[in-house]
Amino acid sequence: MNDLTPDRDERVANLKGLGCSRKRVEDARFTQGKGNYIDDISLPGMLHGDFVRSPYAHARVKSINTDAAMALDGVVAVLTAKDLEPLSLHWMPTLAGDKQMVLADGKVLFQGQEVAFVVARDRYIAADAVELVEVEYEELPVLVDPFEALKSDVVLREDLDGQTEGAHGPRKHHNHIFTWEVGDEAGTNAVIGDADVVAEETMYYHRTHPCPLEPCGCLASMDKVNGKLTLYGTFQAPHVVRTVASLLSGIEEHNIRVVSPDIGGGFGNKVGVYPGYVCSIVASIVTGVPVKWVEDRMENLMTTAFARDYWMKGRISATRDGKITGLHCHVTADHGAFDACADPTKFPAGFMNICTGSYDIPIAYLGVDGVYTNKAPGGVSYRCSFRVTEAVYFIERMIEVLAIELNMDAAELRRINFIGKEQFPYQSALGWEYDSGDYHTAWDKALAAVDYDGLRKEQAERVEAFKRGETRTLMGIGLSFFTEIVGAGPVKNCDILGMGMFDSCEIRIHPTGSAIARLGTISQGQGHATTFAQILASEIGIPADSITIEEGDTDTAPYGLGTYGSRSTPVAGAATAMAGRKIRAKAQMIAAYLLEVHDDDVEFDVDRFVVKGAPERFKTMSEIAYAAYNQAIPGVEPGLEAVSYYDPPNMTYPFGAYVCVMDIDVDTGVTDIRRFYALDDCGTRINPMVIEGQIHGGLTEALAVAMGQEIAYDDMGNVKTGTLMDFFLPTAWEVPNYETDHTVTPSPHHPIGAKGVGESPHVGGVPCFSNAVQDAFRPFGLRHTNMPHDHWRIWKTANGLGLHDT
Amino acid sequence: MIPPSFEYHRPTDVAGALAVLAEHGDDARVLAGGHSLIPMMKLRMADVPHLIDLQDVAALKGIEIAGDQITIGAMTTQHELIASDALHAAAPIIREAALQIADPQVRYMGTIGGNVANGDPGNDMPGLMQCLDARFTLEGADGTRTVAARSFYEAAYMTDRDDEEILTHISFAAPRGGYAYEKQKRKIGDYATAACAALIEREGDKVASASVAMTNLSDIPVFSEAAAAALAGSACDDAAVKAAVAAALEDIDPTEDNRGPVEFKMHVAGIIISRAIQRAWSRA
Ligand SMILES: Cc1cc2nc3c(=O)[nH]c(=O)nc-3n(C[C@H](O)[C@H](O)[C@H](O)COP(=O)(O)OP(=O)(O)OC[C@H]3O[C@@H](n4cnc5c(N)ncnc54)[C@H](O)[C@@H]3O)c2cc1C
Repeated sequence: MNDLTPDRDERVANLKGLGCSRKRVEDARFTQGKGNYIDDISLPGMLHGDFVRSPYAHARVKSINTDAAMALDGVVAVLTAKDLEPLSLHWMPTLAGDKQMVLADGKVLFQGQEVAFVVARDRYIAADAVELVEVEYEELPVLVDPFEALKSDVVLREDLDGQTEGAHGPRKHHNHIFTWEVGDEAGTNAVIGDADVVAEETMYYHRTHPCPLEPCGCLASMDKVNGKLTLYGTFQAPHVVRTVASLLSGIEEHNIRVVSPDIGGGFGNKVGVYPGYVCSIVASIVTGVPVKWVEDRMENLMTTAFARDYWMKGRISATRDGKITGLHCHVTADHGAFDACADPTKFPAGFMNICTGSYDIPIAYLGVDGVYTNKAPGGVSYRCSFRVTEAVYFIERMIEVLAIELNMDAAELRRINFIGKEQFPYQSALGWEYDSGDYHTAWDKALAAVDYDGLRKEQAERVEAFKRGETRTLMGIGLSFFTEIVGAGPVKNCDILGMGMFDSCEIRIHPTGSAIARLGTISQGQGHATTFAQILASEIGIPADSITIEEGDTDTAPYGLGTYGSRSTPVAGAATAMAGRKIRAKAQMIAAYLLEVHDDDVEFDVDRFVVKGAPERFKTMSEIAYAAYNQAIPGVEPGLEAVSYYDPPNMTYPFGAYVCVMDIDVDTGVTDIRRFYALDDCGTRINPMVIEGQIHGGLTEALAVAMGQEIAYDDMGNVKTGTLMDFFLPTAWEVPNYETDHTVTPSPHHPIGAKGVGESPHVGGVPCFSNAVQDAFRPFGLRHTNMPHDHWRIWKTANGLGLHDT
Repeated sequence: MIPPSFEYHRPTDVAGALAVLAEHGDDARVLAGGHSLIPMMKLRMADVPHLIDLQDVAALKGIEIAGDQITIGAMTTQHELIASDALHAAAPIIREAALQIADPQVRYMGTIGGNVANGDPGNDMPGLMQCLDARFTLEGADGTRTVAARSFYEAAYMTDRDDEEILTHISFAAPRGGYAYEKQKRKIGDYATAACAALIEREGDKVASASVAMTNLSDIPVFSEAAAAALAGSACDDAAVKAAVAAALEDIDPTEDNRGPVEFKMHVAGIIISRAIQRAWSRA
């Protein structure tokens, strides 16, 4: 070795591997406006599609006259259900085992439903032609309340009339979809019946929407000469889209190529298959030219994939000194007109059965009833794993309500019920095995960081000052402790349309020592090209800057189930590490051959293999890569490639402790978030800067949902919040300063111990913001009030508590 | 969100714009910053076969301050209002109010003329102009006339302006005394849940004169003569402010929307009006 040889620390730094706050490689193009999104793609001769949509939430479609639209110069086709029926594409299967109309087949079931698809020479002509399609409707009674729907004689889904069995068992009523039950109901009822203390609460987790900056769209191109269909689109799961497209269209899967280009945010909105995709494909097949469809903001908010809409009724019991003994939860789930929820097949309410939270609750029961109403279909996991936000909101509210019942501090109540560090792996009463955790340490660190006792003291003084008439501002301290369940998941219990939820990575090392890795996932802003290269860098000793990460083209990437539910790092990240280890194993053989020693006599050291005990004898990974291509090594195939399909043994369970301090103007309902502290434990931290960015984003979406964001309907089923004037999308102005912190409790079963982080802040943030509002009014007798906590609802709470009486 | 097709005109003087208006009548409309009109066209709630873009009409731009007389060209943007130090010195309430309109992007485009001519009860400038007792100058085929802001508004989107007239400029006397524009909104880029402009002149310990006007609390902006009367001659103490608020609330008629029901808006309006008055008095 000479003086120029970098020392070990420098070699580690040079890799920019695990733990490095490497700058995001994607941002060079995004910050220069050079991203390549679906609407940036243009193909020769391309036509444009646009929808005629229903103005009514429930109506019979008496007739559709397309003559005037077809007569407009530049209009090529107007598709209705009648045109799709011969292809059996007027309906399509949903991810939840239901089916959904592609175009209105005799009736419409929600406002904005797709009725006809206009195809024209340009986007403007298409929009003009939409106005010319004459649709005659006969209005039908509208059901927007799931409890009403379960009592009503009005049959929403006439196509299912008389079917008493659905995809998830018996249906109790013509507007009922399924009942899903987990746990021991009789046992839970018995425990709660005998308990010292029981708290009961009903809460509505309102309907909202992921609202990515880029709406959904696709560009279908059927090449009639070679029989190949290429589909570009905003797909969070491109491989699954290919399989579904093949099954629906009858085109052999090898003749379909699906490409997800840059995606401007997904948050669950881009998991499902939408009528626009199907209509574009059909239109391209019919016309023989490419057809593009891109929805606008209103269409996005009104029709593609809502989230939440859960009515949750809970009972929680405890001993006098606060030890929780049982939990009962019943959910009435409003799924809208079609059950198009995006959950693993066997979980019609997602992972709602994580609702025992971070607490050691000996017995529990969860029952969920899915209901049809005249609202848009969807039910996606908006920046959360499947229904985990609902579950965490539920338990974190139940804890607060129980604390009131017990007249106990809510931080203390949490502490005495946390699952202990020594209890992991922990079997929850509702069937999950939590992999690892250290909740007490995280909680203590969080409370100390914010000076919790000091805050409580200040709050008590504020209440006294308020009562004396010296201030009109109250102070709320929001607490939440969450455990997520992410990384779906083990193939034995998780699948989507029968496809096991494994994921994959394929690596090729080039002769000069750089590499490309392709994965079955697809980034929508998470920064995969940055972080997956870091995982690999640490595994194979090639600098992250020399590794290209590619996703989203089904012709080149290995099959995977896509990106949502924080599954990329837990599943595809694991596949990446495992494929990297295969590369390393082969590299070891090559190194040993080059160094003329036995395989077992070399060991991996950062970016090279060294002869054990003789560190001056080594071969770097670049040298090994070169040798793989230019030497005939006995018993070793040329080349250096590996592929791994990873079926995770378990989910991962990230957790965190959040505290929010909020001031509330009682007279106007205006809130001011003074402080927000977020401690996250996502196991091994791949890139602290990317983690920080994910936390800021997730908290901001949590702020949105808790404080104002909703999809609201009037009694006629009209969407009241169809534009960004009324649908709250926070800007830098509304967002508070976030303080982030962490502990590290690696996942014991993940190859690098990582757990996933993208959704944690949203899951933990929503109850934290909400609890801050509720906590401010606790001294005045409030038990619970529903989100979103916009000015008027907060004002109403204050008004109801008599705080405006002077 | 795609408008129907339209003809685009771009005159360089007022006469040219008036000529297009005369030729096409109802089928033509002028375009200022476009941040009210273009969304309506995209939603297909406004059908404008002939769009007359005023951005090249230089005569409609600029802020002029002569003595205590302020004249602002209709095509002056909200951003220009905010950026003008001379205007701020002469009438600081303008910057305070303009900063509460929408966001910087909208304010770079949106004009004071478009804001007051639009007739949307949510626009902030009309109430402010009523508070300032501004006058709007309109030019049409038959010449020029001037209308008081306080009598310009008839109903939502209905004003005294004739379809074939153009608003050329706005003028008012520099206000004296204390001022405040108080606005409650749900978020950046939102119209007011309730907003109030207040001007108060002080003489010794007493209110010499006052002016109070409100935004988005009726289908038109509301100037409350009674509120001003309740304050005049008082010491602007709690009782006087209460009386002024009570008088102002008599004059408004808010409607329910996604911001909340009437009961809530009436309560918040009372709070906002009293805060505007108190802040104006503290600066008087
Ligand atoms: C997201 C968003 C948020 C907003 N928030 C606010 C807010 O908080 N407060 C607020 O006050 N406004 C708000 N606005 C509206 C914004 O201020 C508009 O710019 C303003 O209302 C209209 O001005 P404009 O120059 O854009 O007019 P345009 O949109 O071009 O025109 C508006 C109307 O006035 C007519 N018109 C324009 N100029 C003249 C003229 N010289 N003579 C005759 N008629 C004329 C036009 O024909 C049209 O009918 C918001 C807009 C957006 C998009």
